[in-house]
Amino acid sequence: MAGRWQVAMWTALGAVLGGAGDGALPARGAAPEKPKTLVLEGSTTVGPIADAFAEAFKKMYPGVNITVNKTGSGDGAAALQDGRCDIADMSRFMKEKEFKGCVEKGVMPVAHVIAMDGVCVILHPSNPIKALTTAQIRDIYTGKTTNWKQLGGPDARIVPITRDSSSGTFETFETLVMARQKMAGHVETVNSNPAAKARVASTSGAVAYVGLGFVDNTAHAVTVDGVAPNRKTIASGTYPIARPLFMFTNGYPKLGSIVHAFVTFYLTEKGQEIIEAKGFIPLTSY
Amino acid sequence: MNDTAAAARRSVTFDRPLLCTAAQDLRGYVARLAGRGLLLAVTSSSVLAVGLILVFIVKEAWPFFLSGHAAQLLTRTGWHPQTAPYEFGGLSLMAGSVYVTVTAALVAVPLGLAVAVFLSDICSFGLRQVVKPVIEVLAAIPSVAYGFFAILVLAPWMQRHLGFATGTNVLNASLLLAIMAVPTVVSISEDALTAVGRELREGAYALGATRAEAVVKVVIPAAHSGIIAAVILGIMRAVGETMVVWMASGNASQIPAPWWDLSQSVRTLTATIAGDMGETEHGSVHYHALFALGLVLLAVTLVLNLVSEYFLRQAKKARRGG
Repeated sequence: MAGRWQVAMWTALGAVLGGAGDGALPARGAAPEKPKTLVLEGSTTVGPIADAFAEAFKKMYPGVNITVNKTGSGDGAAALQDGRCDIADMSRFMKEKEFKGCVEKGVMPVAHVIAMDGVCVILHPSNPIKALTTAQIRDIYTGKTTNWKQLGGPDARIVPITRDSSSGTFETFETLVMARQKMAGHVETVNSNPAAKARVASTSGAVAYVGLGFVDNTAHAVTVDGVAPNRKTIASGTYPIARPLFMFTNGYPKLGSIVHAFVTFYLTEKGQEIIEAKGFIPLTSY
Repeated sequence: MNDTAAAARRSVTFDRPLLCTAAQDLRGYVARLAGRGLLLAVTSSSVLAVGLILVFIVKEAWPFFLSGHAAQLLTRTGWHPQTAPYEFGGLSLMAGSVYVTVTAALVAVPLGLAVAVFLSDICSFGLRQVVKPVIEVLAAIPSVAYGFFAILVLAPWMQRHLGFATGTNVLNASLLLAIMAVPTVVSISEDALTAVGRELREGAYALGATRAEAVVKVVIPAAHSGIIAAVILGIMRAVGETMVVWMASGNASQIPAPWWDLSQSVRTLTATIAGDMGETEHGSVHYHALFALGLVLLAVTLVLNLVSEYFLRQAKKARRGG
């Protein structure tokens, strides 16, 4: 009885996934075969991880065609709802409305947390300030605080540095720190994590934010709200500028399917290496 | 005299009929027509390419003008294309472009002109043959190399020795742009100065002018059209430059206050387009807004180009003794 129900469910799931893929998998439920195509859509933050995963999959599953579209978390949710993708990359959890929309269309979104994204606030090594609060950081970027003296540091102008507004790091920082407030005009812009670090390393009054993987001894990361950024605090979520990154699938993917392999790839050694290389924090228990 | 020489001589003598046959005539006519057609096609394809670029930019910018944000471009200073509520204020970006361009021109024009006068009227011929190519090599250095110099050398130096809070600022970007514009200014104005004939110079000396008087009162006025064209082409080089300003200007979308403070960061039109275009979502208002900025930039360079064309034509006319 249970077996029959399962077959029926996988048939339905196969129809949805198959529709997104090559659209010709009628016998999927009965004899599951690997889809020839795998379509991912969504967040520009998760996109680079998905891209690297896809690259690794190309070697492991030759003949499988993986497409990664980086459009935005909202687009990912919409694509999953419409059956236009197998996996929706999202840098936030699905909103109630999106979830409802999916369920109404017979799609059951299942979240897979694949990595944590933590953003460190870095200062010049000569800067004596070791701790800031989220509110203080926000005031620096909105232009309310303009001198390190106001924060108990030396009498020097603050040079705040941000990332280009299309980057995922900017998105994380803006969501978790800026609280819908706009950055001031004098905030400088660079377009990569290494460039942000290099500017801070060479400018004594500078402050910038980068992924944890880019912090080294040329620029020191401050504690935010009393929590120092490291793998443990970011993975556990106690560090305030951290968030989980998701991949959503329609139902839990069938064990052994390529979708299942993809959304659980973060658990493998190769997957964790990729996540770390992209500047994110892999989820481990060690 | 051997056989081959005799044969060669025979081939240039008129021992063949002067008139071509009808077929030869026709072939020559068709070949000439085809040659002209091919050249015309090649020439017009480059004109067509420019036209198509213009059409493409206008087409991509058009949705922005329909989006309801268009007025902000010329009235607001905040550039917040990704933070709701969106704001597309282009004023600070245009001001940024004006700041770095004008400052670069203030450095590059006197410097370039001085070098051009030195090369054309003062230094020895041998020295000129060495110096001019060396200056022109400056134009061949890739701008990203200048950018690295700006970030790694000039910016820390400015912070350490001039006491600036930030080393990537108007002054840094302008100095680099000036270095990049100098070869253009030198090369073209030196050509214009050299083209002023010996007669004018000798006439000035004959009237008892010193070398300085001859240069300042006769040669430079006579070459003014070419010099103005050189200046405008140099400025265009600075307006359109992207990589160096993206790396050296700091990219802060603000208008410096007080206005003369060149130690502040600005953001130019070109740097905004280059910095934002890579990852922005295609078809979004932000995407179209960047094309609108491109259109502004195109309009400015087009006007500058027409003005420089006018002066170059004047220079040619003057050279012909019109």
